[in-house]
Amino acid sequence: MEYFLQQLINGVTLGAIYGLIAIGYTMVYGIIGMINFAHGEIYMIGAFIAVICFALLGMLGITWIPLVLIIVLLVSMCLTALYGWTVERIAYRPLRGSFRLAPLISAAQGAKIKPLQPMVRGGFEVMRGETFTVNASYLQVIIVLMTVALMAGFTWLIAATPLGRAQRACEQDRVMASLLGVHTDRTISLTFVLGAILAAVAGVMVTLYYGVVDFYIGFLAGLKAFTAAVLGGIGSLPGAMLGGLLIGLIEAFWSAYFSIEYKDVAVFAILVIVLIFRPTGLLGSPDVEKV
Amino acid sequence: MLVIEGVQTFYGAVHALKGVDLKVGTGEIVALIGANGAGKSTLLMTICGNPKPRYGRILFDGDDIVGIPTHLLVRRGLAHAPEGRRIFPRMSVVENLRLGAVAADPAHFSSDLERVFGLFPRLKERRDQRGGTLSGGEQQMLAIARALMSRPRVLLLDEPSLGLAPLVVKQIFAIIEEINKRDGVTVLLVEQNAFHALRLAHRGYVLVNGQIAMTGTGQDLLANEQIRSAYLEGGHGR
Ligand SMILES: Nc1ncnc2c1ncn2[C@@H]1O[C@H](COP(=O)(O)OP(=O)(O)OP(=O)(O)O)[C@@H](O)[C@H]1O
Ligand SMILES: [Mg+2]
Repeated sequence: MEYFLQQLINGVTLGAIYGLIAIGYTMVYGIIGMINFAHGEIYMIGAFIAVICFALLGMLGITWIPLVLIIVLLVSMCLTALYGWTVERIAYRPLRGSFRLAPLISAAQGAKIKPLQPMVRGGFEVMRGETFTVNASYLQVIIVLMTVALMAGFTWLIAATPLGRAQRACEQDRVMASLLGVHTDRTISLTFVLGAILAAVAGVMVTLYYGVVDFYIGFLAGLKAFTAAVLGGIGSLPGAMLGGLLIGLIEAFWSAYFSIEYKDVAVFAILVIVLIFRPTGLLGSPDVEKV
Repeated sequence: MLVIEGVQTFYGAVHALKGVDLKVGTGEIVALIGANGAGKSTLLMTICGNPKPRYGRILFDGDDIVGIPTHLLVRRGLAHAPEGRRIFPRMSVVENLRLGAVAADPAHFSSDLERVFGLFPRLKERRDQRGGTLSGGEQQMLAIARALMSRPRVLLLDEPSLGLAPLVVKQIFAIIEEINKRDGVTVLLVEQNAFHALRLAHRGYVLVNGQIAMTGTGQDLLANEQIRSAYLEGGHGR
């Protein structure tokens, strides 16, 4: 029971990270109907920027954790936002096709960065059993809270703000949106930028959570987030969260009860099974509002 | 107010407009009639910059607007309720109207909303219903209302009567007349329903195969034998 609860906590944390990345995939897809294949790389860039920032701040002697976290988040968000904007500008707008930056990033994979000192230490006991104590670290709590807050924020942004309305208008009828005065190119750019910002947050969180970032971890997490977006129904925001959560949980429980080697195989197998029975993903029926 | 000179538009190799000249004066209702495929919708879309004309000039308030991005034209006072209504299907009536007001001063929104609800009380009853679930007539009302939310000086209307019951057609035409008379909105009206359109319009143009074949006052065109046989008695087209 305690062991189960511990896996639940770990799974939810992982799921939150996947969900964060997945929202970026799903939002861009929902609005322009194209998979942003650069998203996985954008998130990796967020993670690398985070590592560099942590190191720089450490050298500068800034050690107050909340301040460090905020600075790192802001810097990664700004830089990846710029990068996301550039990708849309130079790759998507003229080509309107998929574009991969993986080769560029894989060139950087030699740059495996050495483990960071754990930044956010400590945690608390959730439950003490006879043989096993269930712990949740503060970091896990931060990750989950952050994801929930961003999820709520983005849901609100898309449902109730002028930008969100313009985004949905672009998704439903781009020509009509422009006839009404929506600057559709800018709306699409902003969608990429928002996706990149989410990816940056996820990148920072992964860096903190694993304490190390290399190409393999990042690539795999990006791939799983993409899986999560498809599993939940690409184009659906709640679907991305649900997909992320499911994949996080499957991974945690599979590693705990079966074999850690095959956890990734399990994740992708579930995707295949779901898509056989529900080709549009769990929440992605044509009736469900995209984005 | 709106002057079109020698406009030619192509879709790839298709030569859709072959040199169109047309004028709409301030406060006028001008009808544009023509058979299917004559290029009526193409002309309205060309005015809005999508597609762009290959040759010719389009003057709005004396400025050549060719090349100005579509989304900026509505800020100059040009609104378009295009062919097929193009209601955002997964948004409520009010959200559709909010999008109509994207280019307008937000301070006007609630008074403008009341104004279009006054014109179309049906829309007020359905304010939270999704656009995609409205009836055809309601969608047409919404398309016009949405265009009015930008407070246009010139309104382009593409076949507002298409597929509607005679009673609804009458209502729609009455409202077009009202916004023209009461609010002074200039209207360029594309119609298959030539009889109604020419009766309502001050002037009319007949477009045949991407070229203006005839022009005159609404009365003259209604009385013209050729027009009667081509567009009125036989119903639509030729
Ligand atoms: N997107 C497009 N691509 C290629 N050809 C097009 C396109 N849109 C219109 N056309 C062609 O241009 C010509 C004019 O079409 P348009 O839609 O302007 O006619 P219309 O007068 O509005 O007809 P209708 O009364 O049927 O609406 C037609 O021959 C049509 O096939
Ligand atoms: Mg047409």
